[in-house]
Amino acid sequence: MTQRPALANVPVVSLDEITKTFPGVKALDQVKLDLYPGQVTALVGENGAGKSTTVKILTGIYQPNGGTIRINGEPVTLNTPDDASAAGITAIHQETVLFDELSVAENIYIGHAPRTRWGLIDRAEMHRAARLLLDEIGAPLSTSAQLRDLGIASKHLVAIARALSVDARVVIMDEPTAALSHKEIEELYELVEKLKSQGKAILFISHKFDEIFRIADRYTVFRDGAFVGDGRIADIDEDGLVKMMVGRSVDHIFPERDPVVGEDVLQVVGYEHPTEFADIGFTLKRGEILGFYGLVGAGRSEFMQSLFGITKPSKGVTKINGKIRIIRSPADAVGNGIVYVPEDRGKQGAVIGLPIFQNITLPSLGRTSRSGFLQLAEEFKLARQYAERLDLRAASLDQDVGNLSGGNQQKVVIAKWLATQPQVIILDEPTKGIDIGSKAAVHEFMVELASQGLSVIMVSSEIPEVIGMSDRVIVMRDGRIAAEVSGDDLTPETLVRHAAGITAAPQPQEA
Amino acid sequence: MTDTASQRYIPNRLHSRAHRTIRSWEALLLAVAIAIFIVNSFASPYFLNAWNLSDATFNFTEKAMIAFAMAMLIIAGEIDLSVASIIALASTAMGLALQYGAGTPELVVIGLTVGLLCGAFNAVFVTVLGLPSIVVTIGTMSLFRGISYIILGDDAFRGYPASFSWFGQGYIYWVFTVEMLLFVIIAVVYGVVLHKTNFGRAVYAIGNNPTGALFSGIRVQRVKFILFLLTGLMSGVAAVCLTSRLGSTRPSIATGMELEVVTMVVLGGVNILGGSGSIPGVVIAAFVMGLVTFGLGLLNVPGIVMSIFIGLLLIGVIALPRLWTMAVRRRKA
Repeated sequence: MTQRPALANVPVVSLDEITKTFPGVKALDQVKLDLYPGQVTALVGENGAGKSTTVKILTGIYQPNGGTIRINGEPVTLNTPDDASAAGITAIHQETVLFDELSVAENIYIGHAPRTRWGLIDRAEMHRAARLLLDEIGAPLSTSAQLRDLGIASKHLVAIARALSVDARVVIMDEPTAALSHKEIEELYELVEKLKSQGKAILFISHKFDEIFRIADRYTVFRDGAFVGDGRIADIDEDGLVKMMVGRSVDHIFPERDPVVGEDVLQVVGYEHPTEFADIGFTLKRGEILGFYGLVGAGRSEFMQSLFGITKPSKGVTKINGKIRIIRSPADAVGNGIVYVPEDRGKQGAVIGLPIFQNITLPSLGRTSRSGFLQLAEEFKLARQYAERLDLRAASLDQDVGNLSGGNQQKVVIAKWLATQPQVIILDEPTKGIDIGSKAAVHEFMVELASQGLSVIMVSSEIPEVIGMSDRVIVMRDGRIAAEVSGDDLTPETLVRHAAGITAAPQPQEA
Repeated sequence: MTDTASQRYIPNRLHSRAHRTIRSWEALLLAVAIAIFIVNSFASPYFLNAWNLSDATFNFTEKAMIAFAMAMLIIAGEIDLSVASIIALASTAMGLALQYGAGTPELVVIGLTVGLLCGAFNAVFVTVLGLPSIVVTIGTMSLFRGISYIILGDDAFRGYPASFSWFGQGYIYWVFTVEMLLFVIIAVVYGVVLHKTNFGRAVYAIGNNPTGALFSGIRVQRVKFILFLLTGLMSGVAAVCLTSRLGSTRPSIATGMELEVVTMVVLGGVNILGGSGSIPGVVIAAFVMGLVTFGLGLLNVPGIVMSIFIGLLLIGVIALPRLWTMAVRRRKA
């Protein structure tokens, strides 16, 4: 676009072979990332590619297990967020962390406010400096306005001013446009240009291809925590980028499946919610595995929870086996044979604090008890039956579920629902954060369930899982169904295109 | 999935029932109760007297009736601080009915009904409007007693019929009072409901994780509503007993009793944050509190000092297991 200063070819910050592991998971595996002054680098990747972990390493929240962080070529360690901001790295997060009860100026300078010689906050100086910063980014805000009175876009401007107040060399923007209107996004672009012209290096994280191509100068692609490639945006097109994001080697064999699909079990018509989703309708057949793909925030979980009776839809009809059923609570849903395995296992799935067998029998107490009185022997029998069926690993059935690994907790939650003998099981990110072994077990089990005539809805953000497991996939975007894909159309490229809202047909590519 | 060779057998439980009982909070509390009993019998020659011991039970029977319902409410993660004020309002309603010629059966029905209505009032604010129970019941604590004060002022209702005095002053057999019988019946009923029924299981599930319980198909708000009703009803029962025992109603009746009830529940091993606790624990805690109050009374310790003692006992018994684990950890380190 415009000519760059000569030093633009030396990265101001570079990550070199950075590795970060969590218990059981390798979040980042020897990734590299270079940020150049006066340029916008887009970090691209699917959910779970390691983008957030990278941001947390750059801002000193996580410490890498291996590799080097260099600033202007010098190796540094960023042990705390303070170290990072001292090094001139600052981040504007998806949900900006600001203080509603404080003024604009206070928010900008909290933690590093100018002091008088008595050590007290120099309010006059703070407001003067805040005014300069706000003027610099063209924000028409009063420095003494209370933050809670501002809209989201204005709060964003405050966050940006705050980022600049520490004299940042590197500004990280993590999905900055997610909550903004069209006009506000345009203003943000102008601001990014301004920051570029001041020579700041910008790391821009976004799922939206149009804005990546609009404002980024460079790109870096991660996949499954590994570096895939980087380069100049001018040298690549959308298809190339999509290919890099999804084109992986098949590292996990999905179970073979010969779907025998029966009659309609569940029909959903015109489900609508004032803020989360609209116009959702589909049909689920007996023995079918239906995948729901979409970006985080596309409204998939919100819709599923509405189907399960947690949140009330404003409109919509549910038919089970052709009959209209009204589901006002999870108890109604379970009574009608619809069960839901939530993504948030610890909070929504398992009742931590209760033993395994009580978790498994909780929704089935009506069957294991006699006129309201517990029958422990029956409970243990039922719990054992499903614990063994799911190959649960535990010391005893009396053990607190809180002491189990994530994978085994997930098995308990699934066992709990299977014990109710449901017709439809909704699995929300069923293998997120669990080890490979449990993952394979869950996948095999899903196939087994479907072959026994259970209908499965699987919400997943992992493309290989969606493609490997589903007979049919519904892609959601911005709370609506963007596409329904099956058969030969079921490719990573089509899913990513529909989820990101890329309308242009893919160009034939030479391999 | 059919790989039976790798399938490991999972036992139902790792520890026998005896093992679990010995290591329980209730066992520790029982030891404390026995120790206090022995100390008391040495400290005062009047302690080991059947009639004195019988009188001593009045120190805890009424509170314990409420404590059983309160234990379930606290296990479910809620609390009701208005119980003593419900007693005041229920007692005032009975006194008022007395002025219009109500007999004993009517008085009992009115006492219980007012208790239930007060419980329902709390329940609506907590379960329908979703307000925190501690705030709601602090509010109704003032509200309910305030109504009693408006009706009675500095006055008192007296002249309850002779048959009404049976509840608080009557004896079933020898030294065994009517209140003791009620205490035992209510303890057994609550013990069975909490530990042996689906409803009790739901209470524990809600206390450990209300969201998880909701997502497991439990009607969380309905269960909580019933728990508030039960606490109100038990306050009504206690109001009948207390009014009958005192033979009069003053608006200051049962002032501060809510804290003693909560103390009893917590001493009984119920986690104040919800999720765990047992009815046997509360039964033993009731005896411990009764014995301490009675023993100190025999030694002519004034009431103020007694409350200091109860407070120290509560903190001491709760701190004991924590200190124990710290000591064990230090020895290992």
